[in-house]
Amino acid sequence: MFSNFDFDVIARSWHYLFFTGMAFTLKLTVIAMVGGTLLGTLLAMMRLSSHKAISLLATGYVNLMRSIPLLLVIFWFYFLVPYIGAWITGADVPVQVGAFSSCVITFIMFEAAYYCEIMRAGIQSIPRGQIWAGYAMGMNYWQTMAYVVLPQAFRNMIPVLLTQTIVLFQDVSLVYVLSITDFVGAASKIAQRDGRLVEMYLFVAVVYFVLCLALSQGVKLIHKKVAIIR
Amino acid sequence: MNYHWNWKIFWEDAPDGGGTYLDTLFSGLGYTLATAGLAWIIALALGILIGTLRTMPNKTVARIGGAYVELFRNIPLLVQMFLWYFVMPELLPVGLGDWIKSLPNAPFITAVLCLGFFTSSRIAVQVSAGIHSLPRGQTMAGTALGLTLPQTYRYVLLPMAFRIIIPSLTNEFAAIIKNSSVALTIGLLELTARTRSMSEFSFQTFEAFSAATLIYLVVSIIAIIAAHLLEKALAVPGFITSGTASGGH
Repeated sequence: MFSNFDFDVIARSWHYLFFTGMAFTLKLTVIAMVGGTLLGTLLAMMRLSSHKAISLLATGYVNLMRSIPLLLVIFWFYFLVPYIGAWITGADVPVQVGAFSSCVITFIMFEAAYYCEIMRAGIQSIPRGQIWAGYAMGMNYWQTMAYVVLPQAFRNMIPVLLTQTIVLFQDVSLVYVLSITDFVGAASKIAQRDGRLVEMYLFVAVVYFVLCLALSQGVKLIHKKVAIIR
Repeated sequence: MNYHWNWKIFWEDAPDGGGTYLDTLFSGLGYTLATAGLAWIIALALGILIGTLRTMPNKTVARIGGAYVELFRNIPLLVQMFLWYFVMPELLPVGLGDWIKSLPNAPFITAVLCLGFFTSSRIAVQVSAGIHSLPRGQTMAGTALGLTLPQTYRYVLLPMAFRIIIPSLTNEFAAIIKNSSVALTIGLLELTARTRSMSEFSFQTFEAFSAATLIYLVVSIIAIIAAHLLEKALAVPGFITSGTASGGH
């Protein structure tokens, strides 16, 4: 079946695939994970706030992001970010933003909505009594959050946060639509240059499969390790 | 900030000859809903089958179900689209492959199949979680009553498991509508693709994207309301389902 296939194309291009393509994918994944978790935690705290306006704002944002496709969000920010840049810097013309920065902003804003829902569940898994105990000790809201609630919430949610990060790692492939050289983009450029679509896409699928399977097995191990025995 | 707003653009004729820009957006929505709807049928049928297999007492059968889920869950949807569209016809016998490539609406058929199989793995996970969440005594009671294994599943486990997982199935249904947008990479002219071409032809980028966002929002709200009605209609009196609280949305 594979007789007339040329898997040599992978040997010829692996350096480009991994050091340009995969490097971009991993960089974007890590930055979006860190940024998304921070913004998501902030959004979760806003959603749980007793101020109606703040909580409504965060809820609206999260629900909006969760009901439109990531591809549409990628296009939205790709065109919107230059205008926002112009608005912030007060420039007359839209600011030129690189493709990478545009992707970083998109993925942080989009993934934050999903990380927010995870962190909200995490914060709510901490018994109310602990928050009251914090206040009773004389701590203010931020101290209670930083020293009592969030460390436990993070610990409880680490497996879910990591699973969401694997989803994010797969979602990054969608930047392909902006003709960016992520792992899929790099493979697709080589594939079209050499006319080797079948070999290339099979290889991409295998790489993603092995990586994601290994990561999800790792998450299972971590899950066992961090589980707090009550 | 010198963006020129022009909301009347939707009533102007689109250059692709399909009526006004608004018409092309709605024709895109039609493709989005048709793709998602047909894929949903495949996903539900396969998902229930695989999800049930994963809970079988036979270890080999359970492992096959598990392998299926891992296969479709660990490859990005975009790559799966490419596999179905570019790779599969090449791996089939030449005649069959050429026939598939020559189909007039190949992107549509490919997208339906791809999205169906992709989502089936996610539904399978929900179905087995639903079955596992039932007390073990239910299976034993089924056996004690003299039911065979298929009967236990058919009359005891599955009807209960379904009611438990309706909220998560709602999420999956909302996800399949959103995921159908990935099919634009293989040339399906669904809503997001139409929006992008509208923004390229008319240069009214933000009007186009606002309209698409609004349409997706309305569709997902309708889906959520419909799921709530379904959940109410199917509820068994006295049996409290786990997810009546609409936490997700």
